[in-house]
Amino acid sequence: MAQIILFAPLIGAILCGFGWRLIGEKPAQILTTAMIFLAAALSWNIFLTFDGVTQHITVLRFIESGALSTEWGIRLDRLTAIMLVVVNSVSALVHLYSFGYMAHDDNWAHGEPYRARFFAYLSFFTFAMLSLVTADNLVQMFFGWEGVGVASYLLIGFYYRKPSANAAAIKAFVVNRVGDFGFALGIFGLFYLTDSIKFDDVFAAAPVLAETNLRFLWTEWNAANLLGVLLFIGAMGKSAQLLLHTWLPDAMEGPTPVSALIHAATMVTAGVFLVCRMSPLYEYAPEASAFITVLGATTAFFAATVGLVQNDIKRVIAYSTCSQLGYMFVAAGVGVYPVAMFHLFTHAFFKAMLFLGAGSVIHAMHHEQDMRNYGGLRKKIPLTFWAMLIGTLAITGVGIPLTHYGFAGFLSKDAVIESAYAGSSYAFWLLVVAAFMTSFYSWRLMFLTFWGKPRGDHHAHDHAHESPATMLVPLGVLAAGAVFAGMLWYGVFFGDEAKMRSWFAMAPAAAHGTEHGTEEAAAEGEATTTEHATTEAAPAEGEAVAATEAGHDEAAVTAEAAPEAGHAAPGAAPAGAIFMDVKGAPTLHAAHEAPVWVKVSPFIAMILGLALAWKFYIRSPELPAKLAAQQRPLYLFLLNKWYFDELYEVIFVRLAKALGRFLWQKGDGSVIDGALNGIAMGIIPFFTRLAGKAQSGYVFTYAFAMVLGIASLLTWTVLGGH
Amino acid sequence: MTGVDFPILLPEILLAVYAMAALMLGVYGGKDKLAGLVTWATAGLFVALALLIALRGGVGAEAFGGMFVDDAFARFAKVVILISAAGVLVMAQDYMARRDLARFEYPILATLSVIGMMVMVSAGDLMALYMGLELQSLALYVMAAMRRESAKSTEAGLKYFVLGALSSGLLLYGASLVYGFAGTTDFAGIASTLTEGHAPLGLLFGLVFLISGMAFKVSAVPFHMWTPDVYEGAPTPVTAFFATAPKVAAMALIARVIQDAFGGIPGDWSQVLAALAVLSMFLGAVAAIGQRDIKRLMAYSSIAHMGYALVGLAAATPQGVQATLIYMAIYVTMNLGTFAFILSMERDGRPVTEIGALNQFARAEPLKALAMLVLLFSLAGVPPMLGFFGKFYVLRAAVDAGLVWLAVAGAVASVIGAFYYLRIVYFMYFGAEQDPVQSRMSAVQWLMLVGVAAVMILGVVNLFGIEALALDAAEALIG
Repeated sequence: MAQIILFAPLIGAILCGFGWRLIGEKPAQILTTAMIFLAAALSWNIFLTFDGVTQHITVLRFIESGALSTEWGIRLDRLTAIMLVVVNSVSALVHLYSFGYMAHDDNWAHGEPYRARFFAYLSFFTFAMLSLVTADNLVQMFFGWEGVGVASYLLIGFYYRKPSANAAAIKAFVVNRVGDFGFALGIFGLFYLTDSIKFDDVFAAAPVLAETNLRFLWTEWNAANLLGVLLFIGAMGKSAQLLLHTWLPDAMEGPTPVSALIHAATMVTAGVFLVCRMSPLYEYAPEASAFITVLGATTAFFAATVGLVQNDIKRVIAYSTCSQLGYMFVAAGVGVYPVAMFHLFTHAFFKAMLFLGAGSVIHAMHHEQDMRNYGGLRKKIPLTFWAMLIGTLAITGVGIPLTHYGFAGFLSKDAVIESAYAGSSYAFWLLVVAAFMTSFYSWRLMFLTFWGKPRGDHHAHDHAHESPATMLVPLGVLAAGAVFAGMLWYGVFFGDEAKMRSWFAMAPAAAHGTEHGTEEAAAEGEATTTEHATTEAAPAEGEAVAATEAGHDEAAVTAEAAPEAGHAAPGAAPAGAIFMDVKGAPTLHAAHEAPVWVKVSPFIAMILGLALAWKFYIRSPELPAKLAAQQRPLYLFLLNKWYFDELYEVIFVRLAKALGRFLWQKGDGSVIDGALNGIAMGIIPFFTRLAGKAQSGYVFTYAFAMVLGIASLLTWTVLGGH
Repeated sequence: MTGVDFPILLPEILLAVYAMAALMLGVYGGKDKLAGLVTWATAGLFVALALLIALRGGVGAEAFGGMFVDDAFARFAKVVILISAAGVLVMAQDYMARRDLARFEYPILATLSVIGMMVMVSAGDLMALYMGLELQSLALYVMAAMRRESAKSTEAGLKYFVLGALSSGLLLYGASLVYGFAGTTDFAGIASTLTEGHAPLGLLFGLVFLISGMAFKVSAVPFHMWTPDVYEGAPTPVTAFFATAPKVAAMALIARVIQDAFGGIPGDWSQVLAALAVLSMFLGAVAAIGQRDIKRLMAYSSIAHMGYALVGLAAATPQGVQATLIYMAIYVTMNLGTFAFILSMERDGRPVTEIGALNQFARAEPLKALAMLVLLFSLAGVPPMLGFFGKFYVLRAAVDAGLVWLAVAGAVASVIGAFYYLRIVYFMYFGAEQDPVQSRMSAVQWLMLVGVAAVMILGVVNLFGIEALALDAAEALIG
């Protein structure tokens, strides 16, 4: 079943991309969409019936070179199951939505084919993303990682006649290369130290890595921390975290369905997925985790501040995405990986919906994207309005405080903030402030778009129309997710630790309620891991798993023989999709026992943000302009996104261009071309002419040459040391 | 001559008898009317003798007290010589007839020249060497001047003769020096005086003069000056003949002399050969660029190719000799195909040799142009054509023998040389619009051109097994 999920999108992409001329554009679109819907249905089947115990499904032999031996395998565990559902559901809905959205496009001449290409790219992206999340080893994951990068490049630059779209595509690709460089270094490092790139081997070696030092650049590093940071640099690029975030807002040049699928729901969350997948490593890398926490919190804050003042509807949502990704990283950084996945899961629904809703608005307004030209659209496009309202309620976190009833974002965001409180006060406060700003900019978007008087082009307003059913159905489905996803799965992701452990097939908590130090908790965790394995010797899991079980047995013996040794008994990866027994579990307990004021703080922040937005954009709409004039430097600072682009332009882009120009004009042009042209057009023709002159046609010249030749040969032989 | 020696010399004796009989037949029979018949008969005899030699097998044998050696090396060279000579004769037959050149003396001269070559490659003594060399050369001088009414042809013959005489003088002078210091003209005897691996200065002088005389025959720089003029002036069939069999014979002769007589002092002749090789490769490549006449171009091309063949000999190893033999076999094959095409070039019934005339040829004759493309790529040494493997073997032999600089020089020269081969391809496919040259081919020429082109590509598989044969030959020479 997993194979079908993985390859159905690829088959769709190939048939659609290369075969649409044969089968026609419309059937090609239907084919890809059907394939994704099939994959989505199977994904939900797995998600709802899966017991959580890790399965390895071998598809084919992949790479065998020296010590590097790996297979193309599908690793099916709870993390994979969650991602399968997220990716395939959103992808399926986006495919459906694109039928309507891409039906007419002013960027193409009448009759020009572009739809099949778009659908093929979308399906190809889906395949790449699926191979990322189903990866059984790091290289396979890297394949998917690069595959989604390529798909993202192709889709951002889909309107290839627009220079801005091309620039954005290149920017996204180049910035991601920076991150990928870190990711690749991390993979190299792991292979160097563990001699394997399989997740199970790497996870089993994590405790050893924590005690290993690795020389890198100028000094010695703790291996686990160094590799953790390197892998996270890859995640920063893909998930648009601070310093490597500049590509995400520009990526909005792509068609809106692309923004919803790739730049909101799936690809950008790959970084979060990576950190959660590597949880056994990060549990032993405290400094790397702290780095993730700080960077995530800072990104959440930074992106929210920029989102306050943007005027392009898609850019507001893009910065919102950037900010929400920061939330997820904070949760992963403090060790509560399930909560990171929880927020990823709910965010996929409401953010995809916000984007698709925004697409619907843009569609209605004839591709006008500036919110200052909207206003009063509530009546014109009521269904879109309701969908966007639900999305906004979800992202701002509306719910009943101190209960578990609310929109999806209410539950997951509060879980993140409570975890942050338990893990890092810096992150906690930044996230609360960010929640306030999230509420403000989200409601600002709503108020500017749907309330007030129509601004901008009257013609566009008069002709604003509701979108077709193919676009509204996905909105409805996602709205259901945005309302219920949080409440349905709150317990297994965060609320109930026992349920969570069994859902992720982790070892049962032994350290619950006790005041263990981190070290002891680790030892306990190891022991319980092995116990769990011995008691639950599941016979029906096939040979591979049986072998792992045997490994568990051995580890158990070792652990019993030397109880103090604790995690010095490597050889088996921890059970389950997530490992959080070193520092994650204590944080989780602390988060559960957070004081009431902590639990209501995001709600209060949300209310304040809503109130302020109402005051600014409904009650007294002249206030924002006044404030902007009053605090002009601050306003410009935010409007220009903290001048990151300008800074990079000066530091990196100009430098790289100058270097490139130098190498091109001087290095390549003058030196290489100059030398080659000089030789080919100057020196050799010179000798050719010389040879031509020597060939005089007179016998005496020829005889003279022979005599000269023999004289010099004789001289050389005699003087040549013989 | 004793009864023991006779079977060893059988092919040469048969050829000599045939040559005299054919001469009688020609003079007293139908004269030039018999030209075609004699040509075909000669070619047939060549092929038959090649088969005879190839199938004879057995280990080496000597005749006349070591003056004449028949070993695997000589047999390899003789087969290549005979086959290529036969090929040149039959493919030129049509050209000769149409250009009023059909003389019955031509195949007979070729036969005498081939006898000389066979003696050269079997020489075990300086006397035999000189006898073979002169027999070959005298026949070639006459052939070069065969078109008596043409000033160019006569000039070519005369130039070749005068310079050839000079080179013979150098060779003889070297031979006498060697004899003076070694006390014998027998190769084995000379080798026995070099047992301590060190040669007296006089012997070295003699060696250099000997090599110079032989280098003239392979037209290695700086003894190459005659080549372009003679190639251009001589009738095209004669040029084709010059470019093939005599080159093989002379190259084999050099290998024979340096290995059999001077094998004890490889350091001394290796550097001389390396110097000749580098000069030939570079001059051949550089000077050919300026040529506008395809026959002159082929002259420089053959100079460059002889440079590569000399690289193999300079390596002074069995692998080096093997590489040279492979190289020569491939070179001869490529030249057969190329000259088959050059012979067919004409416009309004008159032969054309300008390269510019090939503009847009591909449009008129796509198949022939394609075959030429393959041949030219092969001459330039572009993989996967056979020409690449020839270069690969000699350069590898040089590297294995520690002559890395020589191999690098060879590679650089081949890059320069690729230019003029590819320029012809450019003319054929992308040249300026003009009335393209016509290519009127006899069936033999067509077969030769297309067949050789096919060989250049199909040979990739295993070089038609020539590798093992060449190794046998090389080991017979050195081992």
